[in-house]
Amino acid sequence: MSTTANNTGNENAMATATEKLGTYLEAYGELIAERQERDPVWLRQLREDAWQRFHAKGFPTTHDEDWRFTNLAALAKTSFQRAVEGSVTVSAGQIEKFRVPGAGCRLVFVNGHFAPELTEIGDLPDTLEICSLERAIAKTMEGSEPNGSGSVGCAPEGIEQHLGRYADVRRDVFAALNTALWEDGAYLRIHRGAVIEQPIHLLYVSAGAGAAIMTHPRTLIVAEPTSHAAVIEDYVSIGEETAFSNAVTELVAGQDAVVSHFLVERENLAAFNVSTLRLELARGTNVSSHSILLGGGLVRNNVHPVLAGEGAECLINGLFVGAGRQHLDNYMLVEHAQPQCSSRQFYNGILDDHARGVFHGRIVVHKDAQKTDAKQTNRNLLLSDDARIDTKPQLEIYADDVKCTHGATIGQIEEEQLFYLRSRGIEETSARNLLLYAFAAECLDRMNDSPAREFVASLIGERLTDLAKNHQPAAPVAQVESAPVKEETQSWEEVG
Amino acid sequence: MALLEIQDLHASVEGHEILKGLNLTLNAGEVHSIMGPNGSGKSTLAAVLARRETYEVTRGRVLFNGKDLLEMKPEDAACEGVFLAFQYPVEIPGIGNAYFVRSAMNAIRKFHGQDELDAMDFLPLYKERMKILEMDDKLVNRSVNEGFSGGEKKRNEILQMAMLEPKLAILDETDSGLDIDALRIVAKGVNAMRGPDRAFLVITHYQRLLDYITPDFVHVLVDGKIVRSGGPELALELEDTGYGPSEADVPQALPA
Ligand SMILES: Nc1ncnc2c1ncn2[C@@H]1O[C@H](COP(=O)(O)OP(=O)(O)OP(=O)(O)O)[C@@H](O)[C@H]1O
Ligand SMILES: [Mg+2]
Repeated sequence: MSTTANNTGNENAMATATEKLGTYLEAYGELIAERQERDPVWLRQLREDAWQRFHAKGFPTTHDEDWRFTNLAALAKTSFQRAVEGSVTVSAGQIEKFRVPGAGCRLVFVNGHFAPELTEIGDLPDTLEICSLERAIAKTMEGSEPNGSGSVGCAPEGIEQHLGRYADVRRDVFAALNTALWEDGAYLRIHRGAVIEQPIHLLYVSAGAGAAIMTHPRTLIVAEPTSHAAVIEDYVSIGEETAFSNAVTELVAGQDAVVSHFLVERENLAAFNVSTLRLELARGTNVSSHSILLGGGLVRNNVHPVLAGEGAECLINGLFVGAGRQHLDNYMLVEHAQPQCSSRQFYNGILDDHARGVFHGRIVVHKDAQKTDAKQTNRNLLLSDDARIDTKPQLEIYADDVKCTHGATIGQIEEEQLFYLRSRGIEETSARNLLLYAFAAECLDRMNDSPAREFVASLIGERLTDLAKNHQPAAPVAQVESAPVKEETQSWEEVG
Repeated sequence: MALLEIQDLHASVEGHEILKGLNLTLNAGEVHSIMGPNGSGKSTLAAVLARRETYEVTRGRVLFNGKDLLEMKPEDAACEGVFLAFQYPVEIPGIGNAYFVRSAMNAIRKFHGQDELDAMDFLPLYKERMKILEMDDKLVNRSVNEGFSGGEKKRNEILQMAMLEPKLAILDETDSGLDIDALRIVAKGVNAMRGPDRAFLVITHYQRLLDYITPDFVHVLVDGKIVRSGGPELALELEDTGYGPSEADVPQALPA
């Protein structure tokens, strides 16, 4: 160990973070060789550029402002392997418990590869195209139906136009890594004016393969003008092995489209999960992103909407619940590029034990985005003295007629409320659970009534019941002398 | 056997002794009123009986129905039949009023080995009791006490009492903040529940409430002790003379 670590800390940290890139280089080499024939030229170019970007930058360190609160050393140190297609078999029975009641269809991916035998397409209207992205691209190459996916309706047009055009590989190395290494994911196209009532379930399963595996799921959702749809992107594990999911989703909403996107992270506690949702909002669109982080060991959820058409509205809603040593990092970059748009960010966090949460909400209002109305709220409950939240608003405003507000609170379960419930006969664990649920329900209240909402509500309920059950009740005496409530509120309003 | 028997109760908060040797006995069927100056320990007594953990009992004994109340957690005391109508009911955003009361009822029913009530059985009963207390139907689905007026909060306490049907109801200044009509309504709710199996401990500063709810006994609590006890006429006397000791002072007197 160098005694001059403090002076050269920056370089050392960089070296540690990049030295394990070999495993990714190897994966990239293999993948390019395998896909020589399969990938169209534009896609090869996309991968190549993204790879160069990733290779040049390597994993970020905590010196990077966007990663200040999240240390990636454990991720960078692990030699993740590509998952070999079909090396692990998952049965329908094993994933039954992940079913979303009321979903119209379910696309399943196991370790990043499409699993047609687990996929349920059901009775889809022909105004919805849904299939594996890999197969849709294969179709553009062959001009024919690839290996028996006949039941899955999919016209591949529009993929080249959209894929990789939104995700920011220059700024975000994880998006770059995904773009270079993705093998499959979902492709959805909702036709102009189509109203798809039932939510679409995209299930990404990590299943132990005897080695630490990595997957880079890639999803493209094209919602044509005036269409309506809800999509649930759901990350789960089978078994307790570690895995690294690095997902990127590009969701393009055409004029006046109404789209809800749900991200559900419920992997095991050994999982690394980085997900990036890039939303492109045309004029008059109404897009909601709901991020529900319940599982995973180290989780980073990036949500990056660009309000690129006048009058677009975006809701960025989230709940993160962590215990043990979970680390849940929520990073938002909300870009207002056109006038008269509104964005609402609401994130609630519940952290117990040694769990750590991050809320980093960056709002950029570009020069032309007059009459922007942007609001950001982050509320947190810390259930233990060792839990920690870092909350950081960041506003960059280049227009002069805008309204931006932000506020953050950090608190604990209120003893008075807990006592009130208990004094009516409700036992402590249930009372605690009720209060946690009430806090979490703020996030549910911002969702429309739908099977998707019912589904996340029940997941949240289960998670909180576990949390309340496992909570160590403080000794009565200790409670009297408990630390003062950490309460911090700040709020300001800028009206140009 | 008395319903509630408090002997030499000492209790403190954050190291300050508030109750300093309090004795009191209540029998089922009786209504007792406790009066006393601000800060004398009335709410502290109520909190200790409801088993609030931030109040530490340093000495004494409390038997409820023959069981050691001081051994009980708040939820156990509630299930055994202790109910506290709070002086300052707390707001709980995100938990529906009716849902909360049904959860409480079911917790108590479960404790006694009874079946749970579903929403279909519960709601008509709840709405009927709401009507008696002249409460707006809209409050059914509002969050517990959230945005309720002072008077609505107090009525909501009485509504909960009416639903949970406790053996001992402690009303901590339920009258304060009520206008005269609301006071009459609340008193009506309380009187409807008077009966041979139930006792009330009514904490108040005003005779006004006792005009409607006639107590069997009145006690004066000063500086953590009961300094006088008497019949309903004692409350009237206090209206004139205040809480200071009088010639008729009988410290630590127990009702006959
Ligand atoms: N949490 C606390 N910390 C410190 N002191 C407390 C606490 N709670 C109560 N006290 C003190 O205990 C004393 C008794 O309070 P209590 O609320 O029991 O009075 P009370 O008789 O109900 O008064 P009031 O008529 O104003 O309602 C007061 O001096 C009060 O300041
Ligand atoms: Mg009081």
